[in-house]
Amino acid sequence: MDAILLQILNGLDKGSAYALIALGLTLIFGTLGVVNFAHGALFMIGAFCAVTLQRIFKLSFETLDPTQKDFLGNPLKVKTPYVESWFGPEMGAAIIDWSVPLAILFSIPIMLAIGYIMERGLIKHFYKRPHADQILVTFGLAIVLQEIIKAVYGANPIPTPAPEVFRGSFDFGVMLGFDPNAIIYPYWRMVYFAFAAVIIGAVFAFLQFTTFGMVVRAGMADRETVGLLGINIDRRFTIMFGIAAAVAGLAGVMYAPINSPNYHMGMDFLVLSFVVVVVGGMGSLPGAVLAGFMLGILEAFASMNEVKSILPGIDQIIIYLVAIIIILTRPRGLMGRKGVMED
Amino acid sequence: MSKTDVTRRGVLKTGAIAGAGVALPTIFTASSAAAYTNEPTGASVTLGFNVPQTGPYADEGADELRAYQLAVEHLNGGGDGGMMNTFSSKALKGNGILGKKVEFVTGDTQTKSDAARASAKSMIEKDGAVMITGGSSSGVAIAVQGLCQEAGVIFMAGLTHSNDTTGKDKKANGFRHFFNGYMSGAALAPVLKNLYGTDRNAYHLTADYTWGWTQEESIAAATEALGWNTVNKVRTPLAATDFSSYIAPVLNSGADVLVLNHYGGNMVNSLTNAVQFGLRDKVVNGKNFEIVVPLYSRLMAKGAGANVKGIHGSTNWHWSLQDDASKAFVKSFGTKYGFPPSQAAHTVYCQTLLYADAAERAGTFNPCGIAEALEGYEFEGLGNGPTLYRAEDHQCFKDVLVVRGKENPTSEFDLLEVVEVTPAAQVTYAPDHPMFAGGQLGSCNPGA
Repeated sequence: MDAILLQILNGLDKGSAYALIALGLTLIFGTLGVVNFAHGALFMIGAFCAVTLQRIFKLSFETLDPTQKDFLGNPLKVKTPYVESWFGPEMGAAIIDWSVPLAILFSIPIMLAIGYIMERGLIKHFYKRPHADQILVTFGLAIVLQEIIKAVYGANPIPTPAPEVFRGSFDFGVMLGFDPNAIIYPYWRMVYFAFAAVIIGAVFAFLQFTTFGMVVRAGMADRETVGLLGINIDRRFTIMFGIAAAVAGLAGVMYAPINSPNYHMGMDFLVLSFVVVVVGGMGSLPGAVLAGFMLGILEAFASMNEVKSILPGIDQIIIYLVAIIIILTRPRGLMGRKGVMED
Repeated sequence: MSKTDVTRRGVLKTGAIAGAGVALPTIFTASSAAAYTNEPTGASVTLGFNVPQTGPYADEGADELRAYQLAVEHLNGGGDGGMMNTFSSKALKGNGILGKKVEFVTGDTQTKSDAARASAKSMIEKDGAVMITGGSSSGVAIAVQGLCQEAGVIFMAGLTHSNDTTGKDKKANGFRHFFNGYMSGAALAPVLKNLYGTDRNAYHLTADYTWGWTQEESIAAATEALGWNTVNKVRTPLAATDFSSYIAPVLNSGADVLVLNHYGGNMVNSLTNAVQFGLRDKVVNGKNFEIVVPLYSRLMAKGAGANVKGIHGSTNWHWSLQDDASKAFVKSFGTKYGFPPSQAAHTVYCQTLLYADAAERAGTFNPCGIAEALEGYEFEGLGNGPTLYRAEDHQCFKDVLVVRGKENPTSEFDLLEVVEVTPAAQVTYAPDHPMFAGGQLGSCNPGA
């Protein structure tokens, strides 16, 4: 029982990341009809926003300490971050410590701008082109973006820790009457899950309860009629692309402490997120969220030693296996609109 | 009056004999040119540096390339000479190799076996490389070693730690300076015994490929010999990025030590996840929970950040060593590039010097001559103390370092500290040791 609960918890944070990326993907597909293979790169850029802000906060001036030597035997250059010199050592250290949460604010305008430039500069030229063309061009863009990040930041993962207060883990086992250490879960992953829930809720509320969202939903249902009413639906869809980019970016920012960001992390999530979108139903927002969590939890279960001992390698294929079954039995996905992907 | 008896038949006969006489040395030259692959005929000799320039180990590859360039500079008489000054052999004179200027070409392994073989093949066939060296993965090293054996060139392995490289997949044309999984286990075991005692339960997470398998086998055997119990051995996919579902069950398994048989990005992520789950703060079976990373590198430690503090592992070499050779190399590398070299940089620098020295001593670039010069060769002055290139498997036997993540680093490079230098004798094994069984060295192949 405790092992099952443990894997459900494990699946939640991975599912959160899948859900957030898939939400953006399906939003773009539902509004613009574009299959965006560069969406994983946006997740990766979001994580690197956290890395960048951390580096900005750590910008330092050097002083020579003759009492210590560097690796060549010269006086050691001791680095002191400017923030520590401006705001005092404690406040400066606290700012650096909180660089990941602060990067949320830093990343939003950056991701919105990247999304806007990406859509206006490249993707809008492919609206009328076949999905294969869209996939090729956005996949190419993803590779360009990740190579730029690698050129600037290198190929090694860059540690981007969570604030000190969120390090360590909570013992759910004791709370639920199990043995100590039976169900432990890191604090930051709990934060990530809560954050994902808030973002998903905010996107749904935005689409459901604002006039802008209502127009976008109407455009998703019948673009032509909305256009005939004199509404510039294209502009709104462009803004939605920016919002989808920001959602992916925020997912990346908050994911940075979970796994040290590296240039390839977007690709690691991209394919799985696409599977999530297909399983959930192309263009279905609730479907993307449901499938994200469902597949995240399934993947966690498949990693259990008990399962792997019966079906070796199942952890690597479970998501694809489920996708095959869903596509065969229900081509429109779990919550896809009738007719989508069924003709 | 003299009579000249010139006939058509006589002219033809004389011409044929003269022609054969003139042609004779050419035939011999041609024959010697075909004696081995890519015999250098001009004033220079080309070496092929096959390193990951793209992909997850690109930073490690970049550091290898820096060391190769430094080695070439030193071989050609440039710079301060680095470890050529401390190397026990004095065959190298700073005038290239056998009087030929050293030039190099580079290939990108991408840390993929097929790409690495393709780039090595291109360097041999198109660029005329007489030796191939480099790499940051055992899978790649084994693949390229096989190719070099077929092509008839020497392969001086870079960073490869699988027992198989000089075990079941060993080749007569391949040589490894880097240590291996068995040596890590043999070096770590006594230190782990002193630190954590003999009554421990270990849980292994292992990267699911040749290196991970052999390291897991080596470390488990070494710790079980101490009296430790191995609770579980779990294989993790090489492509895994989040290890939470593999780490979460560890605490509930009764284990009090987690052994991470991971390298590169796998190690950075699994260690980060393990620390996030608070494993290091737990007490299990009345003992502090411990994590061991058998193969450490500074570049990995940098990626894992503060998570490496206090965690033990082993390494081939570290820039903080205070012997003359290490200091000379660090000075040379650090002055040129502004930061200390990694263990990958060190091993490939050594391999380049060892190849060049063997060619000088053998008086030829013929792979068979070089192999003969390297087999059973004893040397020192390259930063690892007295070292033997064993003839039976082409593996170097030297001291192994046990290191620990530093608690209070003074710089971004000062991440590991050496806690023990395990003598070579303690990590030496018999050539027919079961962990290395199953392959044949074969005979050297000079190629064309």
